[in-house]
Formats: sequence, structure tokens, C-alpha cells
Amino acid sequence: MSKILAITGAGAMSECMRQINPDVVPAFPITPSTQVIEDFSQFVADGKVDTEMITVESEHSAMSACIGAAAAGGRVMTATSSAGMALMWEMLHIAASMRQPVVMTLINRALSAPINIHADHSDSMGARDAGWIQLYAENNQEAYDNLIMAPKIAENMDVRLPVMVCMDGFIISHCVQTMQLEDDDKVKAFIGEFESTYPVLDTENPATWGALDLQDYYMEHKRAQHMAMKNAKDVIEKVSADFADIFGRKYELFESYRLDDAERVIIAINSVCGEIKEVIDERRENGDKVGLLKIRSFRPFPYKEIAQALAGVKVVTVLDRSESMGAYGPLFVEIRTALFDAPEKPMVYNRIFGLGGRELFMSDIHDIFEENKTYLETGKVEKMFDYLKVRGG
Amino acid sequence: MPSLQEMAKKESAFAGGHRMCAGCPVPIFTKMLTRVTDGYEIVAGNATCCLEVASSIFPYSAWKIPWIHTAFENVGASMSGVETMYRALKKKGKITKPYKFIAIGGDGGTYDIGLQSLSGAMERGHDLVYICYDNGAYMNTGVQRSSATPMGASTTTTPAGEQSYGRQGNRKDLSRIMVAHNIGYVAQASIHDPVDLSEKLKKAIELDGPAFINLLSPCIPGWKIAPDMAVEVARLGVETKYWPLYEVIDGVYQINYTPKKEVPVTEWMFLQGRFKHLSNPKYKDVVDAFQKEVERNWNWIVKQEELSELLSGQIN
Repeated sequence: MSKILAITGAGAMSECMRQINPDVVPAFPITPSTQVIEDFSQFVADGKVDTEMITVESEHSAMSACIGAAAAGGRVMTATSSAGMALMWEMLHIAASMRQPVVMTLINRALSAPINIHADHSDSMGARDAGWIQLYAENNQEAYDNLIMAPKIAENMDVRLPVMVCMDGFIISHCVQTMQLEDDDKVKAFIGEFESTYPVLDTENPATWGALDLQDYYMEHKRAQHMAMKNAKDVIEKVSADFADIFGRKYELFESYRLDDAERVIIAINSVCGEIKEVIDERRENGDKVGLLKIRSFRPFPYKEIAQALAGVKVVTVLDRSESMGAYGPLFVEIRTALFDAPEKPMVYNRIFGLGGRELFMSDIHDIFEENKTYLETGKVEKMFDYLKVRGG
Repeated sequence: MPSLQEMAKKESAFAGGHRMCAGCPVPIFTKMLTRVTDGYEIVAGNATCCLEVASSIFPYSAWKIPWIHTAFENVGASMSGVETMYRALKKKGKITKPYKFIAIGGDGGTYDIGLQSLSGAMERGHDLVYICYDNGAYMNTGVQRSSATPMGASTTTTPAGEQSYGRQGNRKDLSRIMVAHNIGYVAQASIHDPVDLSEKLKKAIELDGPAFINLLSPCIPGWKIAPDMAVEVARLGVETKYWPLYEVIDGVYQINYTPKKEVPVTEWMFLQGRFKHLSNPKYKDVVDAFQKEVERNWNWIVKQEELSELLSGQIN
């Protein structure tokens, strides 16, 4: 039966994996994603799933085994964080390019050095070009819901791409929140049976997987992959609509929070959006026309839809929880691109925050809205790019 | 064990038309994969290597069995995934036939960059036969030294020159490392002896659990030998004791072939252009050291076999 329970974000992901009951889970421990796999290992040990686990010797091997297992013809899931995903980097590209619908929980954590175990998005943003669908979540419920939807999106025959379901390390992965855990059978029915394509285990029709592809075919295969990612946008919307019909919670490619008449908007990803909403509610009480656009799907990126959603907005503050040294933040770059063809372009500027888990408090978010209020009044962006809450700035 | 003639009548896993170099002996073993034993579906995985690139140039494939390649350093892991999915689907009744899994890598992809993934796959106990075809360098990328390159060999990253005799020091002994994994079957084989090789393949495939075969496989351009010399050079590698043929079953060593007479290792080395510079008398010390290492290695294996006999019945 569906029930409300108090659970950590990581715990929610392992519960979801239990419900999905994947055929194979290859995994390697890394903070803060460990609980996902520890809890799931207990489900295996207790016979609550019939998954075969592969406790590999590295994340590179974890993703390699995911690809092998998925190509063999079944449903495959894993989880990782930070340096773990960095070690997978080569194989992330290969999973996507071999069109394997692997589903991975990514608990976002800063990359080394200096070594740091807390949340930022340098891991997933570093992998933004790996060809994976990237879904982000503000809280446990959203992460859990994204993970329920992920296999349906990944395995869609117009897509066949891997999906990473991201949440902030510790802030969400280790914090207990209440959420709706759906009924096991309902989740299973929603996801359905895995359908394989040219499985390696089909010896009657032997397939060659991972062939050498030279100048004469490589580019067609890459374009086909790009088309699949474009298709993913519609599929995410369709699966989200089906999810809403069955489970009642509605998701779009991004969330528009009090955007309708907003003049000043923050655009952000993941857990910080919770605080931003609180601040917006407070300011709205006083008649301040502020809003939030929260990214859910970063890959594929909904350029046109975002530009439409921001019509009429005067100032946009893009918060990036990772950076691209010597360039603007990755989210900012996308937002500016989305707005370039808009008939009325708002002022858009970029702030880097929260690296290595540094907190952004509600008072800090008030400060952001005060600053962009000044920008609106003067009609001028004083600082295009800056860090929030950093010493020596 | 069927005769070679009978084996040759069975369908091969590997078709002609591949693009391996003329005279390359690697297809000798790929053609055997489906011929040494009956009753199993055979699935193969490849590390990036000569065999991989020469057998799968899209849209063509030389493989008549299911075959998967993902990257260079990970065939142990990717085939762990394939083998595990087989067990998962078998458990659920979605597959009923018995399957066997083969992972193939060159020495670069096995001794060096793939060692971790190989070690993990063997330690976890997957039902997987790993075949390393050892040609003693990164031949696919143009003959760079690997940890399997023998001392003194001139490679493109250890070229012989005024100040260098080529690859410094002795090669890694991967077979012993694999024995230390306490798996059921480890063997050294050579491409020149199809009877010994096919028997070893059969044992490895039929074993329930991980098995490792290290296969001496001369490289025509890398060893700088004529295209009709691969088998002969491999044979001399065994006759000179450079490459002992032995197997280790459940920790018990068994030498499979003892050369009838002592043949100096120079008989093997100087057939190959990669050692040509060592014929200069100024490198006598290097050649002597090479010979000494070959004898030391052989004697070590002989002692292991004696020890196995001594402990027979006590360790197993």
C-alpha cells in the first residue's frame, strides 16, 4: 500500500530500486551515495528482490558491468557520486553511445581537489556532454518520483538512453524528510517489463556490439544519438503526464514557481530551490513580484520552453552550484542561449554558490532579490559574474 | 577430445574476411572457441586491441557468435555484466540453455590497463574464461612497450639506441598473478600447438567458474618477423623455455611440455628483428641476463610442480 514515511533521500532511492527490482546492479561504494547500495544489498540479502549484484572493484568497472549487463538484455541500475562518476567518465559516454538504458542515482558531491564530500554539481555538470538524460530533484519525493519515471524514459524505443537521477549530497541524501512511498505493485505496473533490443545473449541472432566505426559511419551514429536525446524531451513530458495520472504528482521539464507575473526570477537546480520558494513566499506577502524557475531536465535542455516561461521577466539571476573555470556557470550558459532569440530579453547574470556544500541561507536569498531589485531599478547589471558568500571576494 | 580434423568440421566462431595482418596467428584461437566443446552457447567480449579493431569494422563483423566490445581496460568488468545478466535471466526462467563466456584481451589490455578489471572479475568468481593473447607490446597502437615486453626488445617507446638496449628489466609474470587469485584454472599456452591449446580451452570453458589462459602469440610487424614465421617463432619460444607450457588446476602445477634438448634463447630472439641489436657483442651481458631469467623462471615452475606433487593429497 502507498504510505507516507520519513526517510532519507538515499533511502528513498533504495526503496525505489527495491520496487523496480532490476535484473542486475553493479556498484561500488562512494560517499554520499553509499546508503543507496547498502540498503539495496540488504534487500538482496533478505530476498526482497531477485536482483544479481556485482560488487565491482571500481566505478569504472561498475559502469562497464552496467553496459555489459544491459546489452545482455535486462534492466540495470547503479548509484554513485563525485569522483566515482568521474572515474566512470569514459564509460558514461560509452553507455550513452551504445544506447543502453542504464538508470543511475547520482548523489551530487563536489569533485576533488581539495577533497570534499559535500554537495555541489561539479560531478553531473562535468558529465553534461556524456549523452545521459539528467533529471534533478529538490527533495526526496522528487528524486524518488524521478527514479520511478527513469526506466520508462530510458527504455522508450524512441530514446534508449541512460538516465541519471540527481539529488544533493547530504542535504537531501542524508536528511530525513516525509514523502509518499507508492504501492510496490503500482510502481511495477507503471514501469512494466524490460524490452531488450538485439540482446548479446541471443545466440540465435548473434549481434556485434561496440564495433569500430570510422569516418564513413561515425557521424550518422552520433546524429542518431542526438535525435534520441531530442525525442527524450517529449518522452519525459509524456511519462511525467502518465505518472501524474496514476500517482497524482505533476512534473514538467522545469518547475515554474510563481512565475506568471514575476519581474525578477532566480533560476536554480536541486535542494536550494526549497529555500528559494520560502523566500519568494515571504516577499510575495509584501507584494514583491519574484519567482523561481527550477530546472528538472538539464539534458535534454528545454530552451524554447524556458524562453516562453520567462516572457515578461525583467531580471534573471542564474545560480550555478558548479563552475567552468574561465567561463560562466553551465546553467547560465544554457539560459543565456535560451533567451538570445526572445523578443524581449531580460537582464541575465550569473552567481556561483554552494561549492563543496557551503550553505545558502534564506537571508542570502533575500540578498539576491535585493540585488536584482537594484539592477531592475538602475537598468544595469553591476556584476555579470560573482561568487556568493566567499571570503576574499 | 575431438581430433583437429573433427574440430575443423564444426562451425567456427570467426569468419574469414577479417582484417588481421597477413600471418597473424590470433585467428587460430578465435576459430577454436566454438569447436572445442559441445553443448554450450558461447558469447565473447573483447578489450580494445588488434583483434577487436580488425574484426568489427562497421558495417562488417567477423564474429558469428554474440560479441561485445566497450573499451580497452574493462573487458573483465563488461563481461562480468554480461555473465551476471545471464545468471539473472536464467534464475527467472527467461533463459534455459547453458552458456559460457569468453573475454579476450591483448597483453596491454590485460597485464597493464585492464589488470584491475581482470582481477576483479576473477576474484568475484564469474563463470568466465579470460584469454590474454600475449604479443609483448601495444601492437594495435604501433608497438609501444607493455609490462609484458621482454627485456631488450626494441619497441617504439623503448627503442634501441646509442644509450639503450631497448626495454629495461624483466617482464611481469601475469600467469603467476592469476594463480594467486586462487581460481580453478590458469594455463600458459602457445599459438603453435593447437592440440595443447584446444585441450586447455576445453578445460577452461567447461570449468564452472573463472579461468585464465595466457597465450603466446607472435606479432608479425611488432616482432619484425616474416608473415610465414609466427608459428615457428612461437614454437621456438616454447622450445627455448622462454614460454613454458603449463597449467595450474586448483593450485596444482603441471608442466605440459618439457623440451627434449636445451635450446639457447638466442635461437628464438634472433629470429626477430626487435632483438636484432642485441647481437652486437657489447650487449652480451643483456643476452646472458635474458638467458638466466628464462632458466630461473623455468626452474621456478619445475619447483612448483615438484611441490605440487609433494603436497599431492594434502592441499586439495
